[in-house]
Amino acid sequence: MQRDVGQAGGTDPGDVVIRADALSKTYQMGDVTVRALNGASFEVRTGEMMSIMGPSGSGKSTLMNILGCLDQPTSGTYWLDGTETSKLDDDELASIRNRKIGFVFQQFNLLARTSAVEQVELPLLYAGVSQRRKRALAALDRVGLADRSHHRPTELSGGQQQRVAIARALVGEPAIILADEPTGSLDSRTSEEVIAIFQQLNREGITVVFVTHERDIAEHTRRIIRLTDGRIASDLTIPAEEQRIARTIHAPADALA
Amino acid sequence: MGFLESVRMALRALGANKLRAALTMLGVIIGVAAVIALMSIGRGIQASIQAQIQALGSNLLFVSPGAQNQGGVRTQAGSAPSLTYEDALAILESGRVPEALGVAPESGGFAQVVANGQNTSVRVTGVTPSYEEVRNFHTTVGEFITKDQVDSRSLVAILGANTKTLLFGEGDAIGQTIRVNQQNVAANLRVVGILEPKGSGFGGSQDDIVLVPITTQMTRLNRARTSRGGFTVSSVNVQLADDKVETSTLAVQNIGDLLRERHRVIQDDFTIRSQQDILNTATQITGAITLFLGAVAGISLLVGGIGIMNIMLVSVTERTREIGIRKAIGAKRRDILTQFLIEATVVSVLGGGIGIALGGGGAQLLNGLSFGGGQTLNTVVSLDAVVLAFTVSACIGLFFGVYPAVKASRLNPIEALRYE
Repeated sequence: MQRDVGQAGGTDPGDVVIRADALSKTYQMGDVTVRALNGASFEVRTGEMMSIMGPSGSGKSTLMNILGCLDQPTSGTYWLDGTETSKLDDDELASIRNRKIGFVFQQFNLLARTSAVEQVELPLLYAGVSQRRKRALAALDRVGLADRSHHRPTELSGGQQQRVAIARALVGEPAIILADEPTGSLDSRTSEEVIAIFQQLNREGITVVFVTHERDIAEHTRRIIRLTDGRIASDLTIPAEEQRIARTIHAPADALA
Repeated sequence: MGFLESVRMALRALGANKLRAALTMLGVIIGVAAVIALMSIGRGIQASIQAQIQALGSNLLFVSPGAQNQGGVRTQAGSAPSLTYEDALAILESGRVPEALGVAPESGGFAQVVANGQNTSVRVTGVTPSYEEVRNFHTTVGEFITKDQVDSRSLVAILGANTKTLLFGEGDAIGQTIRVNQQNVAANLRVVGILEPKGSGFGGSQDDIVLVPITTQMTRLNRARTSRGGFTVSSVNVQLADDKVETSTLAVQNIGDLLRERHRVIQDDFTIRSQQDILNTATQITGAITLFLGAVAGISLLVGGIGIMNIMLVSVTERTREIGIRKAIGAKRRDILTQFLIEATVVSVLGGGIGIALGGGGAQLLNGLSFGGGQTLNTVVSLDAVVLAFTVSACIGLFFGVYPAVKASRLNPIEALRYE
């Protein structure tokens, strides 16, 4: 593995937050065994911002599901923030997802008929922590949506919905934020805004992992892992000066216009 | 997650599809309303029958002849000609039944009564003067049967209110002659009194009757005699000194001893029933009716429960993606299970509440409804029926919610998230 962790991310290199060791995943489709992931090993340190790239069928969705503790590898081990996850049962995985992972999806995946602040409160609700409303409002403020806290998804633009999703992902102070094609449903201008938010959060010390097939998006991160046929084909770290910096966040009032 | 938050979440989910939630609830509403209304009606009937039995006059014992054994075949109870007029007199006069305050033997059967060009078939009962007090029959016009009339086997009669109206209309009946034809023996009787209306009673209208002196009945109309030559009576009403259970028990024992001795039998050839016995039997019967009505209504509640299950299954499928999202952000199986269980229970409990209100309201509407014979229905919405209906509806929500909720909680988050 060739990378210079000293220059990764916007902050000092931290502890290893993700350690994937020879992750493999096979599916049985009738008589055919499909090897979606074939021995992927890598590490991610706290404060990194990286992308996992690959064409469809390369295994990146499978890897994303395993990294997100939605699925477990057939073989290999996956350590997330010091916890080995392959032996955990469904409820323990749910607990890990709740405390250590923030998801951002391409389709936003907000709950219908639920106000922004309630969406953001949801992970805290399942975690059973107190001061949910205050923390949810603070998270919305971080993504510049403090004034939209009582709007429902149908009353928000795509970019705003995705920002609510980001607020929901970060409200529980997870070890990593996993973003699966976070700009896949947005136009290019809104995409820039959303990426700018991720970059801002990363500068504040949050570990961000993009899963994408778009080179444009991946280039906004310092490190890009390419997957081909379930294997890691390359693992590159871009020099800081070559990283694309998204334009600054628009004022929320602007974004609505 | 807290219970209140779960309920709020459930209410919001239901509010998202109000019509569907209302239709789902309708099944439970109808079921619970039916249970409440039918049980109230059942209780009302029970109460009214109990009141009627008590209106027969309190602290009464009824002695009737036993069944006859003919060639090993036991015939209808009361058919044996074993109880006599003398038995009745002995109960009071022998001094062996100190609990007895009055004795009113009666004897009779259905007879054709012709008068004034009208013709009716009513029960013609031979009675003694004590019948008036013991059975609470009083005349509005004229006099009750007197001792002289009994002693002289007078050809007189007292008409029940309905019989009077039937035969004589609004006209005056006192002094008129009626012809009574019983078992091919006919007699002309003079009307000396009219009874006050008593309403429909246990075992037929108490106004469709003709009362005659018991001796007249026994000698001029029905000449049935026992094997030992006594005049048979169809029953003896015994009035007790008070309505204590001990008094009644003692009296039953003493009368039994006396009659066994008089009849020279070991095995009873008569039956003694207290009013409490009759009341118990009636309560048992009406209780069974109430239970039956409740069970029929319960079936509709069951159908309502199946409706809940059906809709919850649809809802789980529709909200697969939502379940996926919730699981992705950390909902455990138990959280999803609770969410859908509470949703089902909220539907059934809300439906149960509305159903109780509707059923209770319906019972109130039916309250006072006349069902003929001067009787009115008094529906009783009892607390236990309300509590039962509410508990059952909540349990139905839980029971029929379990399967859909378990199904939801077991969804694979990856597939659920991918679900369109």
